Amino acid sequence: MKSLEELKAIKAKMQGQVGIRENAEDGIRVVVGMATCGIAAGARPVLAAFADGVQSKGIKNVSVTQTGCIGLCQYEPIVEIYAPGKEKVTYIKVDAKMANEIVDKHLVRGTVVDEYTIGTSKLAE
Amino acid sequence: MRLFWYAMNEISLNVLDIAENSVRAQAKLIEIYVAINTSADTLTITVKDNGTGMDEATLAKVCDPFFTSRTTRGVGLGVSFFKAAAELTGGSFYIKSTLGVGTETSATFVLSSIDRMPLGNISETIFTLAVFNETGAEFLYEYEADGTKFSLDTREFKAVLETDTLNIPDVSAYVKEYLTENTEEVNEKIRGLVL
Repeated sequence: MKSLEELKAIKAKMQGQVGIRENAEDGIRVVVGMATCGIAAGARPVLAAFADGVQSKGIKNVSVTQTGCIGLCQYEPIVEIYAPGKEKVTYIKVDAKMANEIVDKHLVRGTVVDEYTIGTSKLAE
Repeated sequence: MRLFWYAMNEISLNVLDIAENSVRAQAKLIEIYVAINTSADTLTITVKDNGTGMDEATLAKVCDPFFTSRTTRGVGLGVSFFKAAAELTGGSFYIKSTLGVGTETSATFVLSSIDRMPLGNISETIFTLAVFNETGAEFLYEYEADGTKFSLDTREFKAVLETDTLNIPDVSAYVKEYLTENTEEVNEKIRGLVL
């Protein structure tokens, strides 16, 4: 069984990185819709994929969170990305594979994946 | 309706949906119990919260697929799905709620029923709730198979870390491993059973 002992080691490691949370507040926010509509459409593995991507690639200044129903159920899973000083980007009908691509292109390199956004996506038709 | 029915085709997705109701009901503590009992041929899921609760009139309506308390979308499907899915296997379902005290929802599925949905990725459901909900709600999760069990208590994790959140990359990765590995270990007990 995995125990809480390992958590203590993680805590010790975190103490060398004071200020992580504060930075995250001014950083990029990835928000995944997680109401009945989102869950039924497959939002859970999408959220997990973003969390995995951010952690495994060691991307700083990005926080992944969830929200309720955005009111556009037919486009779920919906992922909104908020960056300070930039317009919100809304990705629609996202799956885990697309999430990985968004992590690589948008979060790592700063390039919006236009084809998956609500404005230009063929998925919205 | 039909599309939704097929999409919610894992018990664990229903658990996520039910627990999100608890989060919306401003629960401070949400308890989730998953118990597999092969001799009784049951899989029981219980979600208990100390949220706002419901009055009798609301409670009576909650199993109606066309009832919702939310305003962004007209139809609430979660509880009625969960109930129907359990009853379809010959199992049972109850929901009890007291205004100002909280709500308890429980579904028992007949394990061997051909109509039973797969449990699905219950660890990912708990991971989603424990790490990413931002209301400060705490989660107590217990997973049991034929008497062997493990638990996850977000209050314990936060006490060790001295943080108010588990949504920190290294911590969230650990929570995921903790859930996955401990679930696998408990499942050793029921090896061969298709969940």
